[in-house]
Amino acid sequence: MSFLSYLISGISLGSVYALIALGYTMVYGIAKMLNFAHGDVIMVGGFIVFSFVSTLGLNPLFSVLLAVVLCALLGVLIERIAYKPLRSATSLAVLITAIGVSYFLQNVALLIFGSSAKSFKSVVPIGEIHIGTELVISGETVVTIAVSLVIMVALTLFVNRTKTGKAMLAVSEDKGAAQLMGINVNKTISITFAIGSALAAVAGVLLCSAYPSLKPTTGAMPGIKAFTAAVFGGIGSIPGAMIGGVLLGVIENLSKAYLSSQMSDGIVFSVLILVLLIKPTGLLGKKINKKV
Amino acid sequence: MKKDTIKEAVAAVGEGETLLSVRDIHVFYGLIEAIKGVSFEVRRGEIIALIGANGAGKTTVMHTISGLIRPKSGSILLGGAEITQIPAHRIVSLGLAQVPEGRRVFQELTVYENLMLGAYVSSDKAENEEMLEKVYQRFPRLEERKKQSAGTLSGGEQQMLAMGRALMSRPDIILMDEPSMGLSPLYVNEVFDIIKEINGSGTTVLLVEQNAKKALAAADRAYVLETGRIALEGKASELMDNAQVRRAYLGEE
Repeated sequence: MSFLSYLISGISLGSVYALIALGYTMVYGIAKMLNFAHGDVIMVGGFIVFSFVSTLGLNPLFSVLLAVVLCALLGVLIERIAYKPLRSATSLAVLITAIGVSYFLQNVALLIFGSSAKSFKSVVPIGEIHIGTELVISGETVVTIAVSLVIMVALTLFVNRTKTGKAMLAVSEDKGAAQLMGINVNKTISITFAIGSALAAVAGVLLCSAYPSLKPTTGAMPGIKAFTAAVFGGIGSIPGAMIGGVLLGVIENLSKAYLSSQMSDGIVFSVLILVLLIKPTGLLGKKINKKV
Repeated sequence: MKKDTIKEAVAAVGEGETLLSVRDIHVFYGLIEAIKGVSFEVRRGEIIALIGANGAGKTTVMHTISGLIRPKSGSILLGGAEITQIPAHRIVSLGLAQVPEGRRVFQELTVYENLMLGAYVSSDKAENEEMLEKVYQRFPRLEERKKQSAGTLSGGEQQMLAMGRALMSRPDIILMDEPSMGLSPLYVNEVFDIIKEINGSGTTVLLVEQNAKKALAAADRAYVLETGRIALEGKASELMDNAQVRRAYLGEE
């Protein structure tokens, strides 16, 4: 029974990684850049909910909704101010800028909230669920898996079925040709950042509800893990990010349970290295065909 | 000028009147002047060929018209209305579509999805379906392969798809950039037949080609572009007899 409970909490953790990885992979697909500030949007989402719930005493669900909207706006703003002027710059310049934005967000949070960890009050209203006599699943785990599942299905439908989704796919393949179709590339990039950051806010809230400690660097480690998950699944691929995220969470949790809790991160990253050695494009990554 | 005003102006252009006019455009890549004052015009109903060697600036002219590149000076008029500063993604809805060089179909998307992206600017579902039917009629191969991803098509089929995709926006004028490039002789003939067919059903065509012989045979009038300037212009049939053209572009001694 304990294996099952490790597995379920691994899936739950992995779903959070998947939500974050979706932001990395979608932004990479469309803007061809690694947005290393993405992890810190998780932290911003956490602090927004923390402030609204614990400081102002607002309704938790309403606060989450606000955090999602505010983080979406933040994502759009970051792209406009920091990345858009660098569209035609070298990828190294964009990467360094992204790291700069990451430190900027962390330090703004540090200024406002200080460096000590805040205790985050879970927004999940349901308690533990007992199945049989041994299996106990926390409410956070159930909600995290359910919410992530709904979001992933909705996102897949959105990308594959709607006109805007198709426009995103077109822009990610060929910006020039997309423009010739009448697609507004700037708007499409903004929408992508908004969606990615909104997902990061949701992930932040779920993560902080399950691991209720919040400080300015909270987003860093999950951010890196989710980036790993995106590369693991094949960067640029939406189903890849989902599968990569969930697998990563499961591997991490099972290694913690059965191998070593100190070594679990090392094991996770070793798996990544192994996958990349065998299949450099990641699990579902596309081959890059450059036709001459 | 507002989009609808330009659209009306475009619609008001009668047969044989100037639809697209390029006036003295200068285009730079950094410090290098790629286009050094090119002017030409396309009248409604015509097939105009823009021929020239590799590097003469043909694609640059096309990209400047469709708004992907901005000229440093000069202007581009569609239906008499200035479109020089209008962003690329707004130009297609004014009635100007492009079949880009190298086809540039969306490889990961299906044939059907590619075609529907061609109609991206139109939200009239019934009209889009009707146009899709017409495109399938003209290119039966595309209907057979509508669920296949475009990347699995042959070069010739991808060219058909790029042309069908451009038609989906129901344009007044189509710009075609090297439509015969890299195709087998059989497909080259088919492409030129289709261009004449598209033109026959009322769409004006501006054709950029390295295959001067085929282009001149299909076109009404032509312009010869040499290192960023128009070197010659005239009726296609006359240019075909021009000794200079025969020597430089038709491979004759």
